[in-house]
Amino acid sequence: MNSLYYQKRLSRNIGDKFFTSLSVICALIAILPLIFLVTYILIKGGSQITPELFTLEPNPPGDDLDAGGINPALIGTLIITTIASIIAIPVGVGGGIYLAEYSKGGAFSRFIRFGVNVLAGVPSIIAGVFIYALIVSTKILFGSMYSGLAGGMALSILMLPTVIKTTDEGLKLVPNELRYASLGVGASMYTTILKVTLPSAFRSIATGVVLGIARAAGETAPLIFTALFSYYYITGFGDLFYEMGSLAVLIYNFALEPYDAQNKLAWAASFILVLSILSVNIFSRILTAFTEKTKRV
Amino acid sequence: MEEKLTLFKNRKRFGIEKNIDIIFKNTALVLSSFVAIILLGIILVVFFQSFESFSRYGLKFLVTSEWNPVKDEYGAFTAIYGTLVTSFLSLLITIPLGVGTAIFITEDFVPKVFREIIGSFVELLAAIPSVVLGLWAIFVMEPFFRDFFVFLHNFFGWIPLFSTEPTGRNSLLAILILVVMLLPIVTSIARDSLNQVPKKLRNAAYGIGASRWKTIFSVILPAALSGIMAGVLLALGRAMGETMAVTMIIGNSNSFSWSLLSPGYTISSMLANQFGEADGSQVSSLFYAAFVLMILSLVVNIFAQWLVKKFSLKY
Repeated sequence: MNSLYYQKRLSRNIGDKFFTSLSVICALIAILPLIFLVTYILIKGGSQITPELFTLEPNPPGDDLDAGGINPALIGTLIITTIASIIAIPVGVGGGIYLAEYSKGGAFSRFIRFGVNVLAGVPSIIAGVFIYALIVSTKILFGSMYSGLAGGMALSILMLPTVIKTTDEGLKLVPNELRYASLGVGASMYTTILKVTLPSAFRSIATGVVLGIARAAGETAPLIFTALFSYYYITGFGDLFYEMGSLAVLIYNFALEPYDAQNKLAWAASFILVLSILSVNIFSRILTAFTEKTKRV
Repeated sequence: MEEKLTLFKNRKRFGIEKNIDIIFKNTALVLSSFVAIILLGIILVVFFQSFESFSRYGLKFLVTSEWNPVKDEYGAFTAIYGTLVTSFLSLLITIPLGVGTAIFITEDFVPKVFREIIGSFVELLAAIPSVVLGLWAIFVMEPFFRDFFVFLHNFFGWIPLFSTEPTGRNSLLAILILVVMLLPIVTSIARDSLNQVPKKLRNAAYGIGASRWKTIFSVILPAALSGIMAGVLLALGRAMGETMAVTMIIGNSNSFSWSLLSPGYTISSMLANQFGEADGSQVSSLFYAAFVLMILSLVVNIFAQWLVKKFSLKY
């Protein structure tokens, strides 16, 4: 009689309740520290923001209360990520074009795709070690050792797999009809790629590349012994060949200082770094969601 | 008629255009092979730089723990042990939490909007730079757990893992910050593989009378297992190579201890600490340690890729 109704006491229903609450607990344990982390960074870092922060040099650590600003590190991060992008984007997009448009799934392209995945898994500090051995210790760049240029090269190694992957996958999503149409009206292969397939995959490639740049901007490990750190303003082109500060290394160095003023500077730099990385991520997410919606219609 | 024929004649492709086409293709080919060149370059450069230390210590380097630049004696056991222990223990905590969270997100316990918000929030956290996590660990996590560590030591001090008096930064904190870093990776990959399990399988299980969790444990999780495993392996590779957050919180001490409450070392934190100021045979030994780290993460990564290929869903 009663067996048609839901019975609370049944062992399977008790077990179900138990596991459901277990997964809720898991989710809470996983998410609460993360929420706490983000709000803490935003509040603690945000309260340190002043106009001088963006214009002054950081003072060398000492027990004076005035730590100065983070101008050189901010500019340095922009320069180093720009160098990395200048190297990684052409190489990555070109490589992705080969994989998606020319290769026919043979051994070479399979090897390259495998290599892309392996390179993506190489620890970021190894990229720094590699550039140190290749460029810093050999002084191959006009006799300069630690330099912003070397730091940019180390970061470009980390960006490269992301750029290739997004280009490859973005191009694969372009329908083949477009290619046939273009080739059919007599366009050559490179015109087809440059005028038809690349433009129609542009948005997805650009999103992936921008996310890759955002990730690279926060990388520290490859920079600590390639670009090192600098307390001084970046004044000209020649500074590329000398030690260059960056927000990430500034956070690392100043977090380990025993002085409160330096620690506060590290929090302020974290705020700027996290806010810019998160906003790039959120913006690209909204953009992707928006384009997906319009495509469906 | 004549006119038309000349038109066709004019449509012949110019030699220059053909050449551009060939140049374009070959440029793309060269650019794509850069990946292989860089990868081989990294392996070769790190190996040859470590050659001096390799020929001097051989495999003894891996099992001795003396690291003494003054006496010029090097052995990386403490760092290798630290790398393995922190990454495996952090995974041990992360897997149930991450998979549990992924199940919570993919089941319909709460409305879809909430689940999507939670899911994308977790993914956003993967974007936070590890150096910022390290800063947070130093100033928030360490004071927060201080009393708890004292408690651990007082009550479980007889276990070798908790046998030392907690003093500030230690390996257990490094494990905890690694958990925070790995959770987004494991959760989002587990969620994706759970979502890929076809609805039919779930409906079939419900249809023959399985309860929700019976379905999850006997049908959905086994079907998603390969994807979850691959995600776990990727997370393991990330944990081994993770540098900044760990370096900032692990305490950086080369004296070996079984206890998680004492300061430790990992290969990557050793590199971060010493590379800038090292000279002589210390550099070569550091390259040797870097080589070990690279091989470890390469093996884990290649195994993960193999796993995905071998056991990818066949429905």
